[in-house]
Amino acid sequence: MLSDTDLQAIGLTLRLATTTTLILFVVGTPIAWWLARTRSRWKGPIGAVVALPLVLPPTVLGFYLLVAMGPNGPVGQLTQSLGIGLLPFTFWGLVVASVFYSFPFMVQPVQNAFEAMGERPLEAAATLRASPLDRFFTVAVPLSLPGFATAGILTFAHTVGEFGVVLMIGGNIPGVTRVASVQIYDYVEALEYGNAHRLAAVLLVFSFLVLLALYSWRPDLRKT
Amino acid sequence: MRDSVSKPGIRARLRVEWPGFTLDVDEHLPPRGVTALFGHSGSGKTTLLRCIAGLERKATGQVCFNGEVWQDERTWVPTHRRPIGYVFQEASLFPHLTVLGNLRYGQRRTLAKAENQRPGENKLSEVSEDKFSLEHAIELLGIGHLLERRPAALSGGERQRVGMARALAVRPRLLLMDEPLAALDLARKQEILPYLERLHDHLDIPVVYVSHAPDEVARLADHLVVMDEGRVQASGPLNEILSRLDLPIRLGEDAGVVLDGQVAERDERWHLLRVACCSASLWVRDNGAAVGDHARIRILARDISIAREPKTGTSILNTLPARVVSLGEDSHPALTLVKLDVAGSPVLARLTRRSAEELGLTPGMDVWIQIKAVALL
Amino acid sequence: MKNLVTASAVLAVALAAGNAAAEEATIAVAANFTAPMKIIAEMFAEDTEHTVVTSFGATGKFYAQIKNGAPFEALLAADEKTPKKLADEGAGVADSRFTYAIGTLVLWSAKPDLVEDGKALLASGDFNKLSIANPKLAPYGVAAVQTMEAMGLKDALEPKLVMGENIAQTFQFVDTGNADLGFVALSQVMQNGEITKGSGWVVPADMHAPIRQDAIMLEPGKDNPAVAAFLEYLKSERALEVIHAFGYETE
Repeated sequence: MLSDTDLQAIGLTLRLATTTTLILFVVGTPIAWWLARTRSRWKGPIGAVVALPLVLPPTVLGFYLLVAMGPNGPVGQLTQSLGIGLLPFTFWGLVVASVFYSFPFMVQPVQNAFEAMGERPLEAAATLRASPLDRFFTVAVPLSLPGFATAGILTFAHTVGEFGVVLMIGGNIPGVTRVASVQIYDYVEALEYGNAHRLAAVLLVFSFLVLLALYSWRPDLRKT
Repeated sequence: MRDSVSKPGIRARLRVEWPGFTLDVDEHLPPRGVTALFGHSGSGKTTLLRCIAGLERKATGQVCFNGEVWQDERTWVPTHRRPIGYVFQEASLFPHLTVLGNLRYGQRRTLAKAENQRPGENKLSEVSEDKFSLEHAIELLGIGHLLERRPAALSGGERQRVGMARALAVRPRLLLMDEPLAALDLARKQEILPYLERLHDHLDIPVVYVSHAPDEVARLADHLVVMDEGRVQASGPLNEILSRLDLPIRLGEDAGVVLDGQVAERDERWHLLRVACCSASLWVRDNGAAVGDHARIRILARDISIAREPKTGTSILNTLPARVVSLGEDSHPALTLVKLDVAGSPVLARLTRRSAEELGLTPGMDVWIQIKAVALL
Repeated sequence: MKNLVTASAVLAVALAAGNAAAEEATIAVAANFTAPMKIIAEMFAEDTEHTVVTSFGATGKFYAQIKNGAPFEALLAADEKTPKKLADEGAGVADSRFTYAIGTLVLWSAKPDLVEDGKALLASGDFNKLSIANPKLAPYGVAAVQTMEAMGLKDALEPKLVMGENIAQTFQFVDTGNADLGFVALSQVMQNGEITKGSGWVVPADMHAPIRQDAIMLEPGKDNPAVAAFLEYLKSERALEVIHAFGYETE
């Protein structure tokens, strides 16, 4: 039913979405933590920067990332001096771009969860001899699990559906940067609507099943 | 200065400034017994408690406990390294853990710290000692049947008892309690007060207890700090403060004193107990206390009347000789508060100015007081 | 926004002329033809009593929109396939179809001295990436693949290929320096008959099939005199001059 290139694109998409989500858990959580708790005057500006990918059209964001990661851009200069070479047209280039693009989808639900939790449970833990790091992992994280689940789902789904940025950074190389959304786009643009429908249906059904599983696994998400 | 730092007890010289509120306190709290921080909401009592716990990073000044510096210009001991137990107003149990999980949370960490600090010593004795302390706390607060439950499945009173046991399970050297009864209705309060009294009797560590309820203070405190608008208005032994004529105004209807005594005799026929206190005897309703038990009784100013002669033919059981110490203003211009000395203990009486005038009350005068109601606490 | 400005400028001119017979044509134009189209549209408004309203975009999207009832009255496509398909399916007027421009392929680099002999450079492999338009979607991509085949280098170049979805993205990959080389449209790098930036090598026309861009009148425009007038105007001397200046050939 699906061609080899379609399967390859789906596999690549899943790998990209999983990698991006895992990296964002690590990178986004400290920023969400800081945003939820700081009283610094930088909270506003930093929060706004985090939300910016929501504002920029994906192809525009992709274009700026292409420039930044290019040989004359700051990121490109850095990666070249580190001996990594240039990121565009590589899988890791897509990962970096997706991390940027999905940033608010990870940070905001986690930040909201941390804010809803408030100071009190952490204070209680402090009076029970828990160090700051200890409090974070044994109190803040368990109490914010629904927020983490939402963030993970949104980030994963958003990366699966991501297209504009990937198109710009990826260069459409089969098996390296040609993800399912790009493949569907190619089919549509080439007027091969049958292939497009088939792949889109697979993507939709798969995503539906993943989301359904997650929502049934966490009953507290259904309530909210 | 040096002396006050190394003196046993809590030394708190603190300043916190927020928009519209300043806490400015320089106090020494005693090293044993229950110290009540009393005042209206907004008086700064909770803030002071949080400063002692290290929960207010913005506070400047000095906090010392039994000579250990917890905070000064150079030192900041974070909350998790202060040997305190803290009971929050709304219990603040961890909803993701069972009751036992909550109790073990602090206990386990205390244990780990003790092992790290003294690696050479016998760990087994530490463990067993701690087990005992947790079991002791569970028993003291009567929560043994709740251990497997989640906090969401507990009543308000049960939650608060678990909160107290959790604070005790870290084997604190200082127990801080922030209005542990304020969020509870009257019935739940009555359920918990006996446990608090047991704590009072069984613990040999100092307790700082924040409250705005005169009845709790009267029942539990040994030492009283009255706060208003971020400052300490008065501080000292409970009865000394309660009988001060310039302060009871704040208590209004609750003005009165608390006396400590001992149950001396049980009258089975009339269901009464005789309590010996201030070289006299007071008859109170039998509440089941055993002869010889320590008894605390509360006498409200409005329940005392004054006569120049010992009266007979009244329904009042308790009549005692007293000497007038001074007269002061009360909350209403028609009323006056009279401070009396009953065999060395101060007692307050509330009269109308007119009665005081007609009796010709002056300091030094010998009178008889009739006590209409005595509450055995 | 640009569309709106163009349209209103055109409209303003038409209103100033105050011609009662003025009609308006709504035309979908391939993105690569944007710059010449703006100039031609203004000239058309000056020279005739009619005006045009233009919409720029990808040919594939226009096809989907036209098939689903979009009110475009003519299409200036980026290929010859789409107008033919529209004509076959009855959405376009078959005998109105003609080639309004032929694209010229250029091997281009943003680096000033990189490209001299294009074929030798490609054979040497002395570059990081070669950017081409997706041959499935863009006629320039087809021409690029045909060129590599004609040189006998297609298999050798395969690992270095990156693909833009359209010729604009292909150009951006090269322009930002992420790809050293790319097969782009001459119209993208040429101004007033000269390559103004970087270095380029115009691919000889015999290396690939001509990149024909066809125009067609669509069903909704059948009875609008402005549409017929504009398609005729595209073949006029003044219009051809503009088209050539942007690096396109014509028949």
